[in-house]
Amino acid sequence: MVELSHDTRPIIGRGPPLVATFVTLAAASIALMVADDRYAHLDRVRHWLSAGAYPVQVAVDTPFRAWNWLTDSFADRSRLRQENLELTARLRLANLQLQRFAALEDENRRLRDMRENSAGIAERVLVSSILNVDLDPFRHRIVVDKGSEDGVFKGQAVLDGEGIFGQVTRVHSHSAEVILISDAEHAIPVQSNRSGVRTIAVGTGDSSKLSLPFVTVESDIQPGDLLISTGIGGVFPRGYPVAEVTRVERTPAATFALVDARPTANLDREREVLLVWFDPADPEVEESATTAAEPTAADGQAEAASGTPPVAAPAAAPPESGAGE
Amino acid sequence: MKPGNFTRRLLYWASVAAGLVLAIVPLPAWLDVVRPDLALLAILYWILTSPRIAGLGYAWLAGLFLDVLRGMTLGQHALGFLVVAFLAHRLQLRMRMFPILHQAASVMLLLGVYHFVIFWTDGLTGHGYTGWNRWLPVLTGALLWPLIVAAGDSVTRRSR
Repeated sequence: MVELSHDTRPIIGRGPPLVATFVTLAAASIALMVADDRYAHLDRVRHWLSAGAYPVQVAVDTPFRAWNWLTDSFADRSRLRQENLELTARLRLANLQLQRFAALEDENRRLRDMRENSAGIAERVLVSSILNVDLDPFRHRIVVDKGSEDGVFKGQAVLDGEGIFGQVTRVHSHSAEVILISDAEHAIPVQSNRSGVRTIAVGTGDSSKLSLPFVTVESDIQPGDLLISTGIGGVFPRGYPVAEVTRVERTPAATFALVDARPTANLDREREVLLVWFDPADPEVEESATTAAEPTAADGQAEAASGTPPVAAPAAAPPESGAGE
Repeated sequence: MKPGNFTRRLLYWASVAAGLVLAIVPLPAWLDVVRPDLALLAILYWILTSPRIAGLGYAWLAGLFLDVLRGMTLGQHALGFLVVAFLAHRLQLRMRMFPILHQAASVMLLLGVYHFVIFWTDGLTGHGYTGWNRWLPVLTGALLWPLIVAAGDSVTRRSR
């Protein structure tokens, strides 16, 4: 029986048959996926493939950047004046807080030095802008314009002015990919600033919501609690705000309470972020004093709560416990 | 090689490259979710109209580049593009005879296969997002198909 070929290319010089090409390339892509996902063999390959991708990302970013620049530079005078006034007011307030903070930080450092532990305080930051590039609507990833040339490394903490933003997942030579704390694959160890209860905040895929799945019904967590980073795991510096608890639902029959929190960082609006270098020495469980101290009645309670689980902490801290699981 | 062939080849490469760039252009969130896979639609168009030019190799490379651009596991989009290009090559003799709506329906099927490949490999690598809205680009792609054909035909007719 004669069958018509589907291949309509010229008979001479048509190259390998379609099926052969298909099978070869399919096998190649499967091999690539396995190598990329299960092993880290392809980091180098990706590194120089991304050298081709970076110009494209920059080209996409440029018109948006130019537009922002234009709107900024032709902003009308009254708006600028208004903004200026607001900023001055905020600066005055911030300076006022800073005065108190400086004394506290000094004291804190002295106390830490006494215990030979100054870990967890950010040492150096690098401002980098977010490229206007959409990666995937269902993953919260962004690209920033600093890469290994600037000393960025995998697993580096990323902050914005309001709190913890995410961490670096891939480093290219001039850019890096950052996973946001709201990505469904991200988890970050946190601690309630008020009660000292430690738990893990998991991203939900919604940039205005984190979920705290491992809070037991009896835990002392209330709506309005500020969650700060613990520094456990060594990825994030200690004591930076992560989220604010928005909802706590306790059903007595369940083991865990339903707890949601809203990230303090402007995850979906920020244009610039800070890459942070700090000294991730042994994380130690204690009340962090780097956030604005709130002299409330809960202090005694906080000490009691934070004093309880000091031994278990280092064991629960593999180097990348905050990374995507 | 005929001179017309060369410009077509150039058009093919350029249109797919443009589709790749448009795949990462920032859009508001609601548009981002329905963003059609323009690069793949361009590849499909060229496979149906000039199968001697649009082979599997370039489709695969385009998919690989999309993986790099979007920071996905290497090979995901490459495999998706390859499977769709292969199926389109096999169905090409039939599909180019279809009336346009019928053709759009079969393109929808092919896009569905593509998104299934991505969905499946996503699941295997542990990134599974199972919401229904990840399938929306299949629909928008199919709706866009008549436009793509019209635009492509007007361009190729001029270059002929």
